[in-house]
Amino acid sequence: MTDMSYSPPRSGNRTVKIALRWTLYIMLGLFALFYLMPLFVMVTTSFKSLDEIRTGDLISLPREVTFEAWRTAWSGACTGIQCEGVRPFFWNSVLIAIPAVLLSTLIGALNGYVVAQWRFRGANLFFALMLFGCFIPFQVVLLPMARMLGLMGLAGTIPGLIFVHVIYGLGFTTLFFRNYYVSIPSELTKAAKVDGAGFFRIFWSIFLPLSLPIIVVTVIWQFTQIWNDFLFGVSFSQAGTQPVTVALNNIVNSTTGVKAYNVDMAAAIIAALPTLFVYVVAGKYFVRGLTAGSVKG
Amino acid sequence: MTFKLLGAASCVAIIASSAAFADGHAKPEAEVLHYWTSGGEAKSVAVLQEEFAAGGGTWTDMPVAGGGGDAAGTALRARVLAGNAPTAAQIKGPAIQEWYEEGVLADISAVAEANNWSELLPEAIAGHMKCEDTWCAAPVNVHRVDWIWANAEVLSANGIEMPTTWDEFNAAADKLQAAGVIPLAHGGQAWQDATVFEAVALGILGADGFRKAFVDLDMDTIKSDEMVAVFDQMRKMRGYVDSNFSGRDWNLATAMVMNGEAAFQIMGDWAKGEFMAAGKVPGEDFLCLSTPGEGFLYNVDSFAMFEVEGDDKQAGQALLAELVVGASFQEVFNLNKGSIPVRTDVALDNFDSCATLSSDDMAASNEGGSLLPSYAHGMALRGAQAGAITDTVTAHFNSDMSSADAVAMLADAIANSM
Amino acid sequence: MTKWLEEHMPKLVLAPSFIIVLIFVYGFIGWTAWVSLTRSRLLPKYEIDGFIQYDRLFSSPRWETAFSNLFVFGFLFIVIAMILGLTLAILLDQNIRTEGAIRTIYLYPMALSMIVTGTAWKWILNPGLGLEATVRGWGFENFTFNWLVDPDMAIYTVVIAAIWQSSGFVMALFLAGLRSVDQEIIRAAQIDGIPTWRVYTAIIIPAMAPIFLSAFIVLSHLAIKSFDLVIALTGGGPGYATDLPATYMYTMAFSRGDIGQAASSAMIMMMVVFAIVVPYLYSELRVKDD
Repeated sequence: MTDMSYSPPRSGNRTVKIALRWTLYIMLGLFALFYLMPLFVMVTTSFKSLDEIRTGDLISLPREVTFEAWRTAWSGACTGIQCEGVRPFFWNSVLIAIPAVLLSTLIGALNGYVVAQWRFRGANLFFALMLFGCFIPFQVVLLPMARMLGLMGLAGTIPGLIFVHVIYGLGFTTLFFRNYYVSIPSELTKAAKVDGAGFFRIFWSIFLPLSLPIIVVTVIWQFTQIWNDFLFGVSFSQAGTQPVTVALNNIVNSTTGVKAYNVDMAAAIIAALPTLFVYVVAGKYFVRGLTAGSVKG
Repeated sequence: MTFKLLGAASCVAIIASSAAFADGHAKPEAEVLHYWTSGGEAKSVAVLQEEFAAGGGTWTDMPVAGGGGDAAGTALRARVLAGNAPTAAQIKGPAIQEWYEEGVLADISAVAEANNWSELLPEAIAGHMKCEDTWCAAPVNVHRVDWIWANAEVLSANGIEMPTTWDEFNAAADKLQAAGVIPLAHGGQAWQDATVFEAVALGILGADGFRKAFVDLDMDTIKSDEMVAVFDQMRKMRGYVDSNFSGRDWNLATAMVMNGEAAFQIMGDWAKGEFMAAGKVPGEDFLCLSTPGEGFLYNVDSFAMFEVEGDDKQAGQALLAELVVGASFQEVFNLNKGSIPVRTDVALDNFDSCATLSSDDMAASNEGGSLLPSYAHGMALRGAQAGAITDTVTAHFNSDMSSADAVAMLADAIANSM
Repeated sequence: MTKWLEEHMPKLVLAPSFIIVLIFVYGFIGWTAWVSLTRSRLLPKYEIDGFIQYDRLFSSPRWETAFSNLFVFGFLFIVIAMILGLTLAILLDQNIRTEGAIRTIYLYPMALSMIVTGTAWKWILNPGLGLEATVRGWGFENFTFNWLVDPDMAIYTVVIAAIWQSSGFVMALFLAGLRSVDQEIIRAAQIDGIPTWRVYTAIIIPAMAPIFLSAFIVLSHLAIKSFDLVIALTGGGPGYATDLPATYMYTMAFSRGDIGQAASSAMIMMMVVFAIVVPYLYSELRVKDD
């Protein structure tokens, strides 16, 4: 609604308008090119044979297109003794990411709702403590966390990894929801309370329906962070619970082995597909919130 | 106290492993943390798993690649602190002793003695596998680090022989540069800078000087004029490298030698794998020779066993240790990996000419006392000191720092790392 | 009873998060502070040995580089990503027909593991392989773009790749913000004949102040934790010219078995964050309380 087509007819010079529109699309297109550049390199490399890559022309279209690298990356590349590609590790990542994203988003939404709308003494202090927690470097968390997981009996397990991801995601999810809810007028909550609605009822029937765009942002952030996490995944897993990033790392990162760049690139793109899927699906709900109408109504 | 207990436990384990499966006692089990994940390496370690299975064992694979074992080390630390240590882990060099000092390694002396390791292994290498008086790790292979690889065609076209002194190398490089060939293919990553540095240092300081400087950290040697000369030669090397070397992966540097863009590369024998994978023949398409100077810098991979509970796991540790040093695994593994067997009694009939040369040199250096641990690959020093040296080497190589300043910085960095 | 429950519900909802944060954030910061005073090597030790680790840290030339890089990198990265993200969000909020596709293109870099995109960037930025070689191939023989191999400029290539990776998310954040701004006010302003750019600068952007806070926190989090990026793109090089505190810390803790040193660098890093973030938080939360 903030777009130019809603401007009053007063400025109605059609040619200026069309020119503006074109400039807009050209700018968006140029940015898209910048963002796509590395993907171009990755995709073309993944379609080359290793012999062609070895001749040294790394940034050029493939002379001969082959899908071999994709097949290898999915189901044939060695990630250790096992040579079954990234496929067997996908399920572990799914089992970790989905519960962790849902839990941390839900808790974050409730936290944000309380901090923004049910202000009590100390609520802001809580929020500040939470935010500062976003900055704790994971490298130093690793060792004490390993000890805690051991004490809790969660070492090397998928619930352990979910637990860790929820804990270190809470700061961000709380931040996103609080900063979104804080701009919703508090009269809304007050009016609902007068009408006899309780804490959860107000959250469920008033706030949640308003939250689509921020839920999308939160899910995008959390899913990306958790799916792409390597440090926790490698440290708190054991044989059988390793996530896909560890498999990808094992394919890509060999110091003294022969490098297969085409397989590396294909594996990286395959490993990113679920995240891209989330972007596309969640993106559909990137619609204008219903704030205006429902608040006034 | 723990030692005694552990010793007793492993004795039990040995008996279990060599005699008792048939009776249905503890079935050997092992979860193995290692960082061999790519093509040839993965195939090599798969051989071990097959032998382990043939011995009645169940192998659980826990591979973590990256940073020459850094990522695996991170996972290892987390697991040890969580009280969930793997049965065996790939650790090498002084890190073995560091882990031992934390009191988490198991004693495998019973296996070592039963299989006569002290006779089979070169003395220098056996030393790395011992913690105080017990055996605490099993060696897998020997990589030689101080290799110089060359494109045969480029050399003959320019009338150049493989250099045997650094002066010859410099002369050859000047000639190549004049002919428009990049003399030295190099990737500007800290560990690669360190690899070249230690080859140069071995040549200029000699075996004794190298040991004093990079094993004993003798300050007189580190601050000596010879060390200044080492940095002088490094400055020369910097001039022989093309301008786009920063951050280049080592295998891309190898590719430059392969396709004649560059003449030489200084890299460990894993570079051979790249040549072989491209169908090149040693002695015909590419040449291998040790870098100028006496001595042999080794990089030995090994497995250490962790203190774990359960007869099945302890049986697994004993079986694993026995197999790793076993003659058949040593041959098959090293053929795949491009390194040479750590045992001196394995026939080398199936190995290529570079490997045979490496093996002969190892035997000779062992005799002559110049079989030395590679500092750049974590064999000579603990992490903090080796890292401090590498910081200085790479800072010097990537700036116009004078050799005298580099030596002063080196001494400071080592002192600060203690 | 129910009444008591209803009254205290907000606090009860926050309680679990509060306890978790106390233990797993502040407890661990305390642990780090303790370890930074010890001579921990391979594994943490708990005998206090004074400020030796801090002395070592401040006499390390590599830390000096890493620390000053944090400011260069952090400042440029946060400012540019914020401006770019906001610009893209505003451009994309003009009823663009292909919004879904373009938005995904801007976002996708975040989905790809930096271990591998780092390699792609390395090739693009390498003068012999990528942009420089390509443009020269087009006939512009004098074109030079060799930041990657220049120790003084390499840190800026890290900035470029970091912006490429994260600005899409900042755009998403602002886009969500733009779509929560009260439509009635905007329409009223437009009917009054206020030009579009004024609507943005005077109404919409000020209304999004909390979103700026979100973006700032996310970006500073990314800036101080940039790790994969540096490892994959430059490996900290040339030399250690592009080292950052996060890579320094990881190297010390896990490659070099020097956990005490790593802990001291983490403490310094957190103090810096504290000094920058706390005043911002204070002013931001203060205003809301009035």
